[in-house]
Amino acid sequence: MAAEESYPDDLRYHREHDWARVDGDTATLGITWYAQDALGEIVHYEAPSEGASVARDESYGEVESVKAVSDLISPLSGEVLEVNPKVLEEPETVNDDPYGDGWLLRVRMSDPAELDDLLDAGAYRALLVEQ
Amino acid sequence: MRLIFEKSSPGRRAGSLPAYDLPRAEVPEELRRQRPPRLPEVAEPDLVRHFTALADRNFGVDTGFYPLGSCTMKHNPRVNERVVNLPGFRDLHPLQEEEASQGALELMWRLEEILAEVCGLDAVSLQPAAGSQGELTGLMLMRAYFADRGEADERRVVITADTAHGTNPASVAMSGFELQKVATDDRGNLDLDDLRAKVDGRTAGLMLTNPSTLGLFDEHIEEVSKIFHDAGALLYYDGANLNAVCGISRPGDMGFDIVHINLHKTFSQPHGGGGPGGGPIVVRDILEPFLPVPAVVRDGDGLRLDYDRPKTIGKVRGYCGPFGVFVRSYAFIRAYGPALREMSEVAVLNANYLLARLRGAYDLPFDRLCMHEFVLSARNLKREHGITALDVAKRLMDFGFHPPTIYFPLIVPEALMIEPTETEAKETLDAFVEAMLAIADEAAADPQVLKEAPHHRPVRRLDEVKAAKRAVVKYGFEAHPDLAHAPAEGQAVEFQKGA
Amino acid sequence: MSYLALTDADREEMLATAGVASIDELFRDIPEGVRFRRELDLEPALSEPELVAHLTELAERNVDTGRELSFLGAGVYDHYVPAVVDAVLARGEFLTAYTPYQPEMSQGVLQAIFEYQTAICELTGMDVSNASGYDGTTVAADACFVAKHVTGREKVVLCETVNPQVRQVVKTYAPGFGLEVVEVAHRGGVTDPGDLRDAVADAACVIFQQPNFFGCLEPAPDLAAVANDVEALPVAHVDLVSLGVLEAPGAYGAAIAVGEGQSAGNFQSYGGPHYGFLAARSDFIRRMPGRIVGETTDLSGERGYVLTLQTREQHIRREKATSNITTNQTLLALAGLVHLAWLGPQGLREQGETCMALGEYAKERLGLPLVFPDQTTFKEFAVRVGRSAKDVIRDARARGVHPGYALGRDYGGLDDALLVAVTEKRTPADIDRLAEVLGEVAG
Repeated sequence: MAAEESYPDDLRYHREHDWARVDGDTATLGITWYAQDALGEIVHYEAPSEGASVARDESYGEVESVKAVSDLISPLSGEVLEVNPKVLEEPETVNDDPYGDGWLLRVRMSDPAELDDLLDAGAYRALLVEQ
Repeated sequence: MRLIFEKSSPGRRAGSLPAYDLPRAEVPEELRRQRPPRLPEVAEPDLVRHFTALADRNFGVDTGFYPLGSCTMKHNPRVNERVVNLPGFRDLHPLQEEEASQGALELMWRLEEILAEVCGLDAVSLQPAAGSQGELTGLMLMRAYFADRGEADERRVVITADTAHGTNPASVAMSGFELQKVATDDRGNLDLDDLRAKVDGRTAGLMLTNPSTLGLFDEHIEEVSKIFHDAGALLYYDGANLNAVCGISRPGDMGFDIVHINLHKTFSQPHGGGGPGGGPIVVRDILEPFLPVPAVVRDGDGLRLDYDRPKTIGKVRGYCGPFGVFVRSYAFIRAYGPALREMSEVAVLNANYLLARLRGAYDLPFDRLCMHEFVLSARNLKREHGITALDVAKRLMDFGFHPPTIYFPLIVPEALMIEPTETEAKETLDAFVEAMLAIADEAAADPQVLKEAPHHRPVRRLDEVKAAKRAVVKYGFEAHPDLAHAPAEGQAVEFQKGA
Repeated sequence: MSYLALTDADREEMLATAGVASIDELFRDIPEGVRFRRELDLEPALSEPELVAHLTELAERNVDTGRELSFLGAGVYDHYVPAVVDAVLARGEFLTAYTPYQPEMSQGVLQAIFEYQTAICELTGMDVSNASGYDGTTVAADACFVAKHVTGREKVVLCETVNPQVRQVVKTYAPGFGLEVVEVAHRGGVTDPGDLRDAVADAACVIFQQPNFFGCLEPAPDLAAVANDVEALPVAHVDLVSLGVLEAPGAYGAAIAVGEGQSAGNFQSYGGPHYGFLAARSDFIRRMPGRIVGETTDLSGERGYVLTLQTREQHIRREKATSNITTNQTLLALAGLVHLAWLGPQGLREQGETCMALGEYAKERLGLPLVFPDQTTFKEFAVRVGRSAKDVIRDARARGVHPGYALGRDYGGLDDALLVAVTEKRTPADIDRLAEVLGEVAG
């Protein structure tokens, strides 16, 4: 069941259509409703391994639909704490619930100051209108 | 329809081979096969019926019109099948002594001469097995050429068009070059300003399809060629669309240094559901020393294979390449002679005729005379009725036509890329036009019939998401213990052949 | 002759519809400077009978295996191709179709490929097969590319007993892939696992051939183990005809199995077109080059087949694709499937046993010293002929027998070695004739 379009106010956004939810020094990452809608039903999640490091603005993995591949761009730098096992098994979870069960990665942030460069929901919505 | 494995019954067999009264030779225990392979066990009549039923569920040029853009699905003359099966070709070993394979060498020599003339270039290697392998070979030549000039470290970048086939960027990556893309301008030509900004001393070359995948001839090709050659770079011609310009304009005269030809497109090697193909490369004399070995060379009255080429890149395929493909393409060309030009003229006429008749019903992103193919967009149908290029393609099947190429090139939304080729009769083109116009009308009147199309094929629309998620890529012997419940052949979905 | 259908009246009407006055005007976008204004310098057109006569004349200047008794193998073999293969390949729906991009139009070829993939997996003991590669050489290069991406390493170890054609192609591809190639010499006709161990550190993969180019059986399980010990991928280059009697590569630890399919279902055809096969363990499915067909269902729930995992491929992933391959060898692979189904498991095993028995008979009848006397061979073996093997071939051919391949063409120190191939088509009487001729011409 596809989710309704939304961009929750409690998240921070990256212009490559990725989001981060911050909790202390950890952050949960995923892709936005817009990104999953553009891709179509997701059939594969190519995830990094736990313990790997991710860098801001760089690709940490890929999600694939039948006819498209999209790089996953990390909004923040840090170390991978956990990969969402549910999405590995059932990648369409990202389409069903992009901000909840469809999260992709949990990281320990190495530079919380990077948060300042991310967009809030309002700025991200404005970006989508521009595009 | 059941798989051949589901028609198998232990102990049944079709074939028999000679058995000689000789002592058995033993395989050492540790190398011996432990479990027999579960190959099908069927009698010959059922084997023949199985593959006949599969053929019935397939569509080829022999079945009907196949305007698959960029694939040049022309008629495959049957005489070519007759000559390729002559024992002197079919049963010739590739390592047969040169004096005992003079006919084969002569045929390759003659084909090379023809391809050099058609391309306006100097030297040929027939070895690459397909267009994409020709691309890779051409890029290897580029690398070898610059290495020989001591420029290997500087010349790192190959430029491709944003309309390019996916093989171009993939070949660039596989050959170890860096990729840069150049934009298309609003007439469908390469954007010269973008190009000038990108070409410099790091540029090894350009890969270009001309006419492009939009079916448009680049009006500035002379200037493009000058930009690259002035920068000391080379030009590579992707011959996917050569069918538009044989005898009309030659890649060598346009300024290209390396060309690959798709023998299975322009020169009518039947493509067999995905192959074989042939991807000879044709080059300017400065690149000849780097061509793959062996080369076919004249030696007195005869021909021989020359391996002694110190600067060669090596070999990209076994032996001399896909020889049977050469036989068919050589025969095809000899049936035309200099009238190859007429082949291209009619291919372009057919395309322009279709374009003129369809332009009112579908969007035309680049409004010019086309070459051998053209790209329409179904974005008007999508905007007005929610009907996509995919829906149009699927509905065409119900009218008995193979769909065009869709969603390519990537820069055209809802693209429908149509290539009729030269071998179609006007009546066929007219029937296709009627179908396309009827579908445009249906999009308004009854969109659901398009959404659910096709209705008259052996299967309905297939679930590609499911296939990608589960990835069942071979028969699951263990998962099918209850074969008795498989549908019997007579209960298979009924369909009209060719419909 | 003409393959065109338009009449003059058609042309006039169509030009008018297109809004141009002449054919020449259709090409007005081509700059005059690059217009070709003379006639192509090609020989005049031939009618169909003239064409057949011309091609027949060329074909008859070749000496094919119907015109001399041939023991030439070395990678391409004169095995029997059943008549059902001809019948299936003559079907225009298979012959004249393009790649099955539109599955509803292409269920026949898609199901056939799915069956082919199943047969290749069964024979090789692997989990996934692609829809075929160009030939037995390029699939080995493809395997190197897979191994590089899977392991992140940059070295390929090639056993010297692998077909020289394959080794040359791997070496040609390797620089573009950023791979270095190291070769391991043979010891008495096969690869020594100890020698391999010395070379294998930091390798992405090890390519060995079973049976090897000399016809000898490699200690394949030991070679695979040496590679697996250092997490290099063991790549087995195998002959389908042998897999009724020889162990499946998957059963002895190979990660990837590749090979030349010509032996199963294709004529020699002066080297092609043939098909290469490439199969692997399921771990590498997303790294596989080329087309793969998968099973699915249609809107009504009926089983059907589609090209799948296409995001690996160049038309989607472009410069990040697992390969640039598009055209493969579907028609030749289809021939392979028909051939294997015609033989069945029992037939394939019998064919292998017959080749081996004929080989042993030939070794005994020839009575020449074996180059590698300690090895078991499959359908091919090397003998010393006492003088230049090239001269022996010339003199034997003058007596109507092609005795085999001169190993000195590829290997130093083996100028007097002849590689003799026997398939099920060579009878004991044929072998007796070979023995007689070699008795006359060997030194």
